Amino acid sequence: MEYEAVIGLEVHAQLKTQTKTFCGCATTFAREPNINVCPVCIGMPGVLPVLNRNVVVYACMLAMAVRGEISRRSVFARKNYFYPDLPKGYQISQYELPVNRGGMIHIQLDGADRDIRLNRIHIEEDAGKLMHNQDGTSYVDFNRSGIPLLEIVSEPDLSTPDEAIAYLKKLRTILLYLGVCDGNMEEGSLRCDANVSVRPRGEARLGVKTELKNMNSFRFIHKALDYEIQRQTEVLGRGGTISQETRLWDESSGTTRSMRSKEEAHDYRYFPEPDLLTLEVSDDLLEEARRGVPELPDAKAGRFTAEYGLPAYDAEVLTASRDLAGYFETVVGSFDRPKAVSNWIMSEMLRFIKDIDTEVKDFRVTPDRTAKLLGLIDDGTISGKIAKGVYEQMVSTGKEPDALIKELGLEQISSESSLREVIAPILEQNRKEVGQYKAGKEKLFGFFVGQVMKATAGKANPSVVNDLLKKMLREEKT
Amino acid sequence: MGLSEAGIRELRELYKKREATPGQVVDELLRKIDKLNPRLHAFITVDHDAVYEQVRQAEQALGRPDAPVLCGIPIAIKDIFTTIGMRTTCASKILENFVPPYDATIVRKLKAAGAIILGKTNMDEFAMGSSTETSAFGPTRNPWKPDAVPGGSSGGSASAVAACMVPGALGTDTGGSIRQPAALCGIVGLKPTYGRVSRYGMIAFASSLDQGGTMTRSVYDSALLLEAIAGFDPLDSTSADMPVEPYSQLLARPRELRVGVPREYFVEGMDADVQASIQGAIETVKELGARIVDISLPHTRYAVAVYYILASSEASSNLARYDGVKYGSRSGPAQDLNNMYKDTRAKGFGREVRRRIMLGTFALSAGYYAAFYGKAQRARRLIQQDFDTAFGQCDVILAPTSPSPAFKLGAKLDDPLKMYLSDIFTIPLNLAGLPGVSIPCGFTKEGLPMGMQIIGRQFDEKTILSFADMYEQATTWHTRTPAI
Repeated sequence: MEYEAVIGLEVHAQLKTQTKTFCGCATTFAREPNINVCPVCIGMPGVLPVLNRNVVVYACMLAMAVRGEISRRSVFARKNYFYPDLPKGYQISQYELPVNRGGMIHIQLDGADRDIRLNRIHIEEDAGKLMHNQDGTSYVDFNRSGIPLLEIVSEPDLSTPDEAIAYLKKLRTILLYLGVCDGNMEEGSLRCDANVSVRPRGEARLGVKTELKNMNSFRFIHKALDYEIQRQTEVLGRGGTISQETRLWDESSGTTRSMRSKEEAHDYRYFPEPDLLTLEVSDDLLEEARRGVPELPDAKAGRFTAEYGLPAYDAEVLTASRDLAGYFETVVGSFDRPKAVSNWIMSEMLRFIKDIDTEVKDFRVTPDRTAKLLGLIDDGTISGKIAKGVYEQMVSTGKEPDALIKELGLEQISSESSLREVIAPILEQNRKEVGQYKAGKEKLFGFFVGQVMKATAGKANPSVVNDLLKKMLREEKT
Repeated sequence: MGLSEAGIRELRELYKKREATPGQVVDELLRKIDKLNPRLHAFITVDHDAVYEQVRQAEQALGRPDAPVLCGIPIAIKDIFTTIGMRTTCASKILENFVPPYDATIVRKLKAAGAIILGKTNMDEFAMGSSTETSAFGPTRNPWKPDAVPGGSSGGSASAVAACMVPGALGTDTGGSIRQPAALCGIVGLKPTYGRVSRYGMIAFASSLDQGGTMTRSVYDSALLLEAIAGFDPLDSTSADMPVEPYSQLLARPRELRVGVPREYFVEGMDADVQASIQGAIETVKELGARIVDISLPHTRYAVAVYYILASSEASSNLARYDGVKYGSRSGPAQDLNNMYKDTRAKGFGREVRRRIMLGTFALSAGYYAAFYGKAQRARRLIQQDFDTAFGQCDVILAPTSPSPAFKLGAKLDDPLKMYLSDIFTIPLNLAGLPGVSIPCGFTKEGLPMGMQIIGRQFDEKTILSFADMYEQATTWHTRTPAI
């Protein structure tokens, strides 16, 4: 029997607000444990939460970006469970009435378009972190306690690990465009749990699902989903049953293992948080959120194909980050050949960015310099091939392209008289090849071009060389 | 009248006329505490050094023209309010050694108004009780009759004020914890409207019901204290952004008052003395020109059940933070995390607190939530609507505060249901968020005080205080003091 998987994702995105969800403590990285803490975020007796308005603004920005339905009134709820990293013994979250319902995330995979539906987005606070010592003692660090999170829950619309990754990458891109989350999975600012089940292909009913946790990179998520789908398929294939449980991805063994069964699952005893009022989203707040939403990746990619005539692939690559798209548009602003700019960025710039492990915003070669370099190719000052070398120098030295060209003597030789002086001795020294060429062995043309390039250290203008060589060979006597 | 018998109003006069100093007053009160506290156990903590440091500051400030309104007035604080650098126990073993690094907002406000924090008063553990017998540090006794309870949970504050160990105190009222002990100790106890007073730093029992308030020997003193502690607090999202009126200056005789008397508050088996005292009070207010209106609060009979579901549910969550991880007591080495939690909480909490945590945990459990918590929330709205309807016919409601006068220690301790019924007349106000003030309205044949409560519309503390003041002016109950 053939099986298909059904996957739903729960993503926790840590928000980049200045202060925590319910107190004034900083959310910034702290060098030591328990530095960014106060009586509120360590749950001392008698303290009360006060909602950070920016958390709501950020939540509404995301809701707008995914075209969800913002609840003008939503309710905070307490999720009760005991764990040492949870200072109050409950997490303030949202339950029955989240700040956003529904929404879509558009993905493209192998040329096909899909809209993945969202179930909800809600606001909650993060817990602290446990640190275990070698000697068996444990410590709690509450720096993270109370940092705002958005929980983004998809519908079970995903059917392959590739789709799941495409969804996550798109969601991450949107969060980065909005500037509300830094999207760092290794550091845990973007976390993902997955609900996975399999069923015979064509079956409408959902199979029993497991929840996967502990996957802190796209790669691990892909591997964990692959493994879990295969595991469930095998169990069902041999007539077994799947038990509803939470499973942890174990990177060292490349497997998932049971963490707790359905029977051991917590009863969170949700009830409305009596310390907070109903969250009312005002017109002002919505307007503020609206102003915070920039042109989003899909819209931008659409515009890039329409406005710049770029292929869909180029548009997608260039809009994968807001900074890169901005870089492209700045270059095009001073060098108006969009496809040439796109080619250069995709083949040259992105390679360097990856190699030297930097970000677009920190990249040494400014859009202005890239435009200058492309202009120098365009006006024939240097060849495309030389330009690549110059670009490498620009990356490593941070110098201007024209200065480098001058310094290295790399200007292209385009004058016919200069090139004649180079070509003539070459033809003289290779009489045999000239004879063969003239006898009809035309592929020797490339040999002559190569000799010219060698003699000029690649600086000869290829098209001038082509024309001139043909002419001079024709003029040669046999 | 000795200095300890002087109320806040009188002390202010004495200071103004330079006939007494805060130092003299405090000397007298501390002497009284030394003498009476071993018998009454009204205070958990009195830090003499801290008190005299405040006296020194108050005496300096008193000479200045801008001396704050409560300058040099000693106030006792129920041990549920956090006080910087001063142990705050909530009368629980689990917080036996907890010293908060922050003041409750209303403590901060009292200090800013110049008050001297005299000490921290005893209470039922985490305010769960109606007799101050569930305190982990032993019960408080009633100064009128030391083998009787002072009521609770703010029994320490009530006993201290009634016994003239302090002129005024702060209490908290979740289901009657200010008004009932005030009635049983013969003093004035004011529970303001929910949201009138900040809950920041008031250790939570049931967040949607808890409200801090005042306990004094006169209505005027309560009005004055309320002015000092009321108001919006940015640290408490549920505090109301409503103007605070100068209550003590607005105690004018109300005109054409319609006084509602709810028939449901005169129940079968009610103490005969209590019934008689309320009838007497009704006659008195009639003579004072009030018009009595027979009103009905039909859902009153559900109030106690609704209260114990909602309050316990919230408490089960509010008390989860006492887990032995961050502060408070932790039981010795345990096998594992779960046993650490179990041991810590089993040893740290007393029986009544554990009972309510279990009750609340059950009421919120999957499969039971709708039948208990959900239904109780709906019933709570009906009780609120009862009051809305009633206030269409009257301006204040007059009712007994407690169905019985002070009972003997131990009389109800082993019968929780009987104990819970002590709050049958006070609980509905908390469910509706309304203000209420309990004032003395008579004495039993045995000589125990009784109280009546005046209930008002939301944020209409002015009217209930004015009415209570009018009644107080016309009667002498408040002038009696226990012969201890």
